[in-house]
Amino acid sequence: MSSEQDEQTTGAREAQAANLFDLRRIIGGLFVLYGVVLVIVGLGDSDAEIEKAAGVHINLWAGLGMLAMGLAFLAWGLLRPLGRQLQEEERKREERSGSGAS
Amino acid sequence: MLAASDVRLDTNALDFAILGVYFVTVLGVGFVAKRYVKTSLDYFLSGRTLPAWITGLAFVSANLGATEILGMGANGAQYGVATVNYYWIGAVPAMVFLGLVMMPFYYGARVRSVPEYLLMRFDKRSHLFNSWTFALATVLIAGVNLFALALVLKLLLGWAIIVGILVAAVVVLAYITLGGLSSAIYNEVLQFFVILAALVPLTVVGLVDAGGWGGLQDHIRDSKLGEAGLHALQGTNPGDVTNPIGATWIGIVFGLGFILSFGYWTTNFAEVQRALSARDLSAGQRTPLIGAYPKLLIPAVVVIPGMIALWKIPGLGGGDENLAYNNAIPLLMNEYLPNGMLGIALTGLMASFMAGVAANVSAFNTVVTTDIIEPYIAKDRDDAFYIKVGRYVTVGGIVVAIGTALIASGYQNLMNYLQALFSIFNAPLFATFIIGMFWKRMSPAAGLWGLVAGTAAALVTYVGYKWLDWFTFGSDLDESFWGAGAAFVVDAIVTVAVTLFTKPKPVEELQGLVWGMANEEDASTVAVHDQWWESPKLLGFGAIAIGLVLTVVFW
Repeated sequence: MSSEQDEQTTGAREAQAANLFDLRRIIGGLFVLYGVVLVIVGLGDSDAEIEKAAGVHINLWAGLGMLAMGLAFLAWGLLRPLGRQLQEEERKREERSGSGAS
Repeated sequence: MLAASDVRLDTNALDFAILGVYFVTVLGVGFVAKRYVKTSLDYFLSGRTLPAWITGLAFVSANLGATEILGMGANGAQYGVATVNYYWIGAVPAMVFLGLVMMPFYYGARVRSVPEYLLMRFDKRSHLFNSWTFALATVLIAGVNLFALALVLKLLLGWAIIVGILVAAVVVLAYITLGGLSSAIYNEVLQFFVILAALVPLTVVGLVDAGGWGGLQDHIRDSKLGEAGLHALQGTNPGDVTNPIGATWIGIVFGLGFILSFGYWTTNFAEVQRALSARDLSAGQRTPLIGAYPKLLIPAVVVIPGMIALWKIPGLGGGDENLAYNNAIPLLMNEYLPNGMLGIALTGLMASFMAGVAANVSAFNTVVTTDIIEPYIAKDRDDAFYIKVGRYVTVGGIVVAIGTALIASGYQNLMNYLQALFSIFNAPLFATFIIGMFWKRMSPAAGLWGLVAGTAAALVTYVGYKWLDWFTFGSDLDESFWGAGAAFVVDAIVTVAVTLFTKPKPVEELQGLVWGMANEEDASTVAVHDQWWESPKLLGFGAIAIGLVLTVVFW
């Protein structure tokens, strides 16, 4: 495979795209949405539904859990943007291959 | 209780809306990603610059599919605690081997796939034989996923299995065409998280209902598994097997823990490919090692629900088709989860099946186009031709998968069927591959005949047990352990014998293909790890140690 020739450095546009399609943001967004929906549904759950789940108010708890996870993923994705991480990796790589013996 | 024919999931519009949102997201993201970031996505995949957390995530998600969920749930109900052997003995050591031993080899090797290895290390004949068997294996496994999809459709809508299989095939074809590779990647990782989001609450609720772990243990003692169902390795002494798994510890450790699991993890190109996308050797090594840690914990959310289902769902695993072991987890989801959570659970399952079929069909496409048609049937055409052929092959693959799905539908426990398939297809391949890797003298002729003999041995063991009553084994699982063992041993013996009578390849041609002759330029990709906790050896042996401790705890 000619991966050496195909390698491009991550420019600004690619970095932006990497951010946009960063899995963490997608997972985060989806889980926040699901979490909110479940919390709303959970708050409206009848006694029968809570009894079904062995007395555990599962929609509410799972909803809160997913919401928390979603926010955590979003935070992780925002604090360490993938685009920047890729650019950093490339810089490190160039430094190593420049200073190290090949 | 419901009559058997009435077994249905109590879904409502909310659950379907949750499912709908998921697929719109995945297909939409994939579609848009395909157009806007064409170069970046290709670059991610082939550029070898991804950080270990991405490749680790992709690695773990590719492995945790719906067949594993349903299959391990079925195992939990059928075999009890002994199912954990699949993870702590039957996966973690092999994953660590992949990380510590195989990844450096792959990095220093000239080849990127197992069929390609066979071509370069041996000759065209072994390459062709393996390509055909690999293609067959992928459609058989795609069929398992299609069947699993049809099962859920049956529970959802009451459709007959055959109808469900046909509908599933059409839906999958549409999904593959619409979304392409990009959707498949997002779906694969997303489904992992959604499934966990469903399984963790399910396990918690089930345990609360059962009265905690202690309560569950009591229930299992009263069930048909009995006390023996609470132990991973107790009761597996040869000659005195009382453990429900029906196999001796020899079969478990060597058949499952060594041959079947090493065979799967070292030759499974889909997994290896994800590790190879990492930024350097150290990250590539760490990918399967990072994956080993969630693997240690996943039994908690698949085996426990399986056991709970055995207690909670009367008649599970009896003769009724609706109550086959495969249905353990879907039925348990229906038992406990209210609408909302049920939608999440359903989404996780469906997404997972889609990912499974898409992955298998895509592997089928690759093997048939690149390893069969291009080198042997229609050489030297332009790319457009092969892409067009690829489309036909994909459709053809799905059509064949419909047939193999019908075969799979005859099995009460999918996992038993899958292990039998692995014993026939993976075990001989592993033997040939590992001997070829370490023994320079091994000749190309042995590469072919070892494979043929090993495959035949496993087939004979399977057919002889299943249909001809030639052999008896403690259980279906036991047969697959012995079949894998037979395949490995027969392959090895034939390989050695044939090598002694045939010419080997000149050593110069083995550059980059055997241990100790790594390609220097590739092997020198800087193996740097920044933190002490990133050391591959620490990660690897740590995972094995935890697995051993857990096995002892659940002895």
